[in-house]
Amino acid sequence: MISSGDLVLQLINDILDLSKVESGVMKLEATKFRPREVVRHVLQTAAASLKKMLTLEGSIADDIPIVVIGDVLRIRQILTNLVSNAIKFTHEGKVGIRLYVVPAPYSGEEDHTYLETKSRVKEGHSGEPYDDADVPHETHNNSNEPVTPIKGGEPSSKDEERHTVMFPTTVWIRCEVYDTGIGIPEHALPTLFKKYMQASADHARKYGGTGLGLAICKQLVELMGGHMTVTSKEHCGSTFTFVLPYRVSPESDEQSDDSDELADASSHHDTASADDYTAGYFQFQPRTLSSSMLNLSGSSRNENLVQSSYGYSMMPDINPMPENFASLSPTPATPKELELEQASAESSSRYGGDNAAAEISGRRDQCVEERNVGEIQRSLDMEAASSASRGQVENTLCEPRQEQPTMQACDTSLQSTASSQLQVNRFGEKPKILLVEDNKINVMVTTSMMKQLGHSIDVVNNGIEAIRAVQNHTYDLVLMDVCMPVMDGLQATRIIRSYEETGKWDAAADAGIDQPMHYQDSPMSFLDPSKRIPIIAMTANALSESADECYANGMDSFVSKPVTFQKLKECLQQYFP
Amino acid sequence: MDIVQLRQRHYIDFMKSMHIENYLDDQFTQLQKLADESSPDFVYEVVTLFFQDSEKLIDNLSKALEQPVVDFSQVANHAHQFKGSSSSIGAHRVKNQCVKFRAYCEENNLEGCLNCLQELQQEYIVLKSKFEYLFELEQEILKNGGTIPTMD
Repeated sequence: MISSGDLVLQLINDILDLSKVESGVMKLEATKFRPREVVRHVLQTAAASLKKMLTLEGSIADDIPIVVIGDVLRIRQILTNLVSNAIKFTHEGKVGIRLYVVPAPYSGEEDHTYLETKSRVKEGHSGEPYDDADVPHETHNNSNEPVTPIKGGEPSSKDEERHTVMFPTTVWIRCEVYDTGIGIPEHALPTLFKKYMQASADHARKYGGTGLGLAICKQLVELMGGHMTVTSKEHCGSTFTFVLPYRVSPESDEQSDDSDELADASSHHDTASADDYTAGYFQFQPRTLSSSMLNLSGSSRNENLVQSSYGYSMMPDINPMPENFASLSPTPATPKELELEQASAESSSRYGGDNAAAEISGRRDQCVEERNVGEIQRSLDMEAASSASRGQVENTLCEPRQEQPTMQACDTSLQSTASSQLQVNRFGEKPKILLVEDNKINVMVTTSMMKQLGHSIDVVNNGIEAIRAVQNHTYDLVLMDVCMPVMDGLQATRIIRSYEETGKWDAAADAGIDQPMHYQDSPMSFLDPSKRIPIIAMTANALSESADECYANGMDSFVSKPVTFQKLKECLQQYFP
Repeated sequence: MDIVQLRQRHYIDFMKSMHIENYLDDQFTQLQKLADESSPDFVYEVVTLFFQDSEKLIDNLSKALEQPVVDFSQVANHAHQFKGSSSSIGAHRVKNQCVKFRAYCEENNLEGCLNCLQELQQEYIVLKSKFEYLFELEQEILKNGGTIPTMD
């Protein structure tokens, strides 16, 4: 919780920063860091304290180098400031960071300053605004020596791939922090970066803050040799852009040697897998009771981290039944696991993570679907990584053996579940998906997208029909619109969950829905109550559809409308790897 | 340059302008990806459905606002529906109008709503005519043996 004391402290720090910057006293650092990691971390941190239903995303162009040299602390400060501003003034939609390489300003021969790949260096050019005579001496300045102040660029070396390049090159990276927020009126733009100014008198009252952040950001950026601009459209959103030069050391084997010298993205050494280095796109949604949903997409592959509390990590094959494995939904299979899921994020993720790691390392060979295993392994790597960076679990993957005993206890419960699931699952079939949506156009678009993704889906138009559908068929996934006539998505989800918890459709009866026919005939219901259906909320980001409310009503995650391929794909990958 | 190329060039320019002027946003591009061999007229179908739906909604909105005692939650519902469909097809400006509309509903601001409705109708009419023009262009291109350019 942030107290007034904290706010005052923040204010004081900001003022000190600003005066330092202005007086020229601030010394800039030059450290190696990974831009993707920084972006991811900033977004992840912001997502962790996000109270609104916003999507945070980051996209990094492929030509951004894996490692660059710059003042990472300040850059992170700027990004955090811009992102938190964006979040503050955005009530629905998304906030994102985009990074891409741009030609150096003032450069007459633009192509010469592009850094094409990290192993190849183009002919250098000294058209940058600043001349740096110290280049030869600063060649391997990769430790935390302060350098005052960083000058624009250095003349790049003139050499090709075959020669060892002696001098670092400069790459200009443009960073855009964009949002779909309230926007900035035109008249407020000129004074935006001025100290203590806010967009209007109302602003201060409504949104708080001191009006210092942007001024500091701009000064910092300029101090580092770049520039900052803003574009905005009222009610649509804003984009804050800054362009900065970064030095790049052309050696490609930085990952192994210099990991100690690299500025860590977090307090713990980030155990992210190699794919993290090349990841091009991230997406985050608000942190929940269970855990934050972390989606990490490499340019070549998609990694997905499933909510750990779901015992997704429990999913790995205990039961040597290949088909079962393939069609097992990544959900807690027993009430016991349901409890685990409801336990705190930390403990459940640790439990899940450890066990899964143990399971995977011990049983990798038994899994028939190698692809699934690969995905799970990677998901676990991601989970371990994100857990590590959350400071909760350390070296999960390094000590699997110790977890074996716990795994044993888990085995039996899962085994019995697996066999009971046998009766309900359809083997080798496509996952059965239910779409609950009343808007005809949304139905058309979503159905079409799903079709292109290879899934045919069932459609119903309100909560009551959804419950009836679930009573009569087994679904592997439900996409549930929140606002619907007759019965909304929240209530429908509550009723379905109550069935899963109690094995009875009493709540449905209360709402006026008859028991399913077969239920009356035999106690064994068509729908196995111990199997929890993933229910994904489809939200229009209205105030009444907060993330908290969705989760409180039993939803597992959400997709914000409008529905896009990317969102559906990620959703599917999460639940049907 | 032959007639097909001319039309194609014009089509691209027109599409681009619709994006730049925010009549359409990225979501529309998503929609265009949904057209394939099995549903070549997908965009046309969805947009046509959108028109029908929109006209009904605008009608509902007008009627609701004409009531002696205005039920603002009902009005908000219609606006919400409209927002949903316009957002799904990428009709950016229409969607923004719907957002404004709902804000006025929450304030129970009748005058605001009425003004907003007028603006919404305007936006809708403009969008519709632009789409009609676009579809005509498409037909001309196809008729003359060309293919509709894909926008990236």
